Amino acid sequence: MAKAAGKVSGSKVLGAKVSGSKAAKKTVRRRKAPAPSVVSNANADEVLGHYRQMLLIRRFEEKAGQMYGMGLIGGFCHLYIGQEAVVVGMQAAIGEGDTLLTSYRDHGHMLACGMDAKGVMAELTGRIGGYSKGKGGSMHMFSKEKNFYGGHGIVGAQVPIGTGLAFAHKYRGNDRLSLTYFGDGSANQGQVYESFNMAALWQLPVIYIVENNQYAMGTSVGRASAQTELYSRGESLGIPGVQVDGMDVLAVKAAGDEAVSHVRDGKGPILLEMKTYRYRGHSMSDPAKYRTKEEVQRVRAERDPIDHLRAGILAAGCADEAALKVLDREVKEIVTEAAEFAQNSPEPDAAELYTDILVEV
Amino acid sequence: MPITITMPALSPTMTEGTVANWLVTEGESVAPGDMIAEIETDKATMEVEAIDEGVLGRILIPAGTENVAVNTPIAILLLEGEDATNLDAAPDGAAAASPAPVAAPEPEPAPAPTQATAMAADVTAEADWPAGTEMAVMTVRDALRDAMAEEMRGNEDVFLMGEEVAEYQGAYKISQGLLQEFGARRVIDTPITEHGFTGLGVGAAFSGLRPIVEFMTFNFAMQAIDQIINSAAKTRYMSGGQMGCPIVFRGANGIASRVAAQHSQCYASWYAHCPGLKVVSPYSAADAKGLLKSAIRDPNPVIFLENELMYGQSFEVPVLDDFTVPIGKARVARTGRDVTIVAFSISVGWALEAADLLAAEGIEAEVIDLRSVRPLDLPTVLQSVRKTNRCVTVEEGWLACGIGAELSASLMEQAFDDLDAPVARIGGADVPMPYAANLEKMAVPNAADIAKAAKAVCYR
Repeated sequence: MAKAAGKVSGSKVLGAKVSGSKAAKKTVRRRKAPAPSVVSNANADEVLGHYRQMLLIRRFEEKAGQMYGMGLIGGFCHLYIGQEAVVVGMQAAIGEGDTLLTSYRDHGHMLACGMDAKGVMAELTGRIGGYSKGKGGSMHMFSKEKNFYGGHGIVGAQVPIGTGLAFAHKYRGNDRLSLTYFGDGSANQGQVYESFNMAALWQLPVIYIVENNQYAMGTSVGRASAQTELYSRGESLGIPGVQVDGMDVLAVKAAGDEAVSHVRDGKGPILLEMKTYRYRGHSMSDPAKYRTKEEVQRVRAERDPIDHLRAGILAAGCADEAALKVLDREVKEIVTEAAEFAQNSPEPDAAELYTDILVEV
Repeated sequence: MPITITMPALSPTMTEGTVANWLVTEGESVAPGDMIAEIETDKATMEVEAIDEGVLGRILIPAGTENVAVNTPIAILLLEGEDATNLDAAPDGAAAASPAPVAAPEPEPAPAPTQATAMAADVTAEADWPAGTEMAVMTVRDALRDAMAEEMRGNEDVFLMGEEVAEYQGAYKISQGLLQEFGARRVIDTPITEHGFTGLGVGAAFSGLRPIVEFMTFNFAMQAIDQIINSAAKTRYMSGGQMGCPIVFRGANGIASRVAAQHSQCYASWYAHCPGLKVVSPYSAADAKGLLKSAIRDPNPVIFLENELMYGQSFEVPVLDDFTVPIGKARVARTGRDVTIVAFSISVGWALEAADLLAAEGIEAEVIDLRSVRPLDLPTVLQSVRKTNRCVTVEEGWLACGIGAELSASLMEQAFDDLDAPVARIGGADVPMPYAANLEKMAVPNAADIAKAAKAVCYR
């Protein structure tokens, strides 16, 4: 790229301090993930909260899959089943006013940050009661109220945007941080590294979370990445990386707590690689020929985040079977109501076709 | 024979500069590579190196002399074995060797046909300011800078980011002085990473800040066009109106001078194609200022297309505390009854020149400066065409799917019965911009082309 011409030997401008030159030139340690807390009566409320949130996402996504099969949801629909521990653990680690955004596999993130299941499901069915009045669909939903900045359909494009939210937090000096989620597929996008560079250069308050669910659509990480240890992808820029068991909500929460402290202490960006797994196909139309049924079954049987936590809760005596059943029923009711709302909410009025394009001045 | 050192051309568009400082004194020896002087152009301050070995015999243009044309002798270098007695033998040196600053010879004409003359306010048929307003002559460059500075003073959420906007003072010196006034928090040098910093700006705008993202030129914005279209332009719609993206993307667009295909292209029709964007492309300094202020205040993403060749052009700008020009409103730059010429950005200058040529032949052309290409001010164009019944469109860019094509289709749809001739379109040649001076000249429209087309639609 040729820029302005000439043998320019430096401007003669009085030196305001170069912004961002403070980025530390220290060697980056590969950080060990912190030990998760153990389920006990001491943290029963917290743990039951995680369980409920994960279950809500699981049941919601199952319902969405079912409704897709019935033709009530159109287009692309990317389910989060299997990955619930990631967003639930991280959400528990952040505070009021912290922002988040992710890719198009976004239903779980929306539910975890407190968006209403009815509004999310109605967006999936393309109805006026949806978060985007039916004009965004599965991949494009937002809630300023809940600090959820999308829902982005272009692989990797949310990463600079999340970095921009972090920039805005720093600009305002408000001590808030940006959770910027992306997948192992995005991890090879150039704009991700452009973002890492600026975040490290300017010490922006951002936690990058790569949800490594092992497959970018149909391509396994090893087939697309020369370096598969994704937590290390920011090392050359001085961004510390931590690999986390993304199937264990308490491990996620512990890593999230540590990352939040790092960022709030003004130490700049940090990268968390969540080793996770999606049970369903990339989208609803994916026959998943790139992996065996046995592989999926094995993860479900051995590493399922919800089963794992449930067993821990029962073993520690935080709740008994009956109490968990009550909880299950509550979650099911929320999802049933959401599904009904999403089918009964009317389609957007024809007049909506030409609204929300520009703000009238 | 002594060597005459002349004022160097330090950029493709430089025609004159200031000898800011001499770094060697008369009688001092210099070697190739030694810095001998500092030259200030409208874009930057640069140091001039000696190319030959010798002794600086005489400084012809003292430090501090402004408006020294390119190729003016500025010093005489004595070679080995020569002394002061040889000074007058320098080619071109003797005449210029008077002690007082010399009148600069006429600069070489700039290679591209871009000599828009400073436009007086009285040419404006419909002014955006009250009659009797005090006017000041100002370059487009300074008008853009003032617009940003005024808006940054008024709103803490406005900031400027881009390559070389801060310490370097802008690759084209548009952001001169802004770092000094607003500091590094609000005037931010980015890495050369268009895709990344465009997305970052969009994220900041989503959160309610009001970024001005400068592209050194819009050619480089192609790296970032996904963020501009998919993220900035569409998110309001995709969010059912919840989200907004109050951001300005600005920078040099269109033809430049002798920089060839990758650095010389007009993007007006690319962005004008997309709902969710506003696209502005001013000609005059007054419009540059008034429209940029409006763009910064606009709650929507605005593409602000400037033209490098216009930065140094001077126009009258109203002296008003808070002067804005509405986006989406064209300006009748010259009134006439015989044919309507619709243009925007640099091509308005060519259209006005063409109108002069036509007037000499008894054809009164009405020139409309679109100023905005999205939204297009069709009512103003239609009103004019209903009067003249003829229309020529002018743009720098390729005609295929261009602004002229859009205007022509709209006129066919909405003024079919008013047209006495098919609409004629003038635009850049349908080729990547060539480097060779003669070919480049052929690829860029000019006043004669426009006048010819105007005569054709008048059947003359």
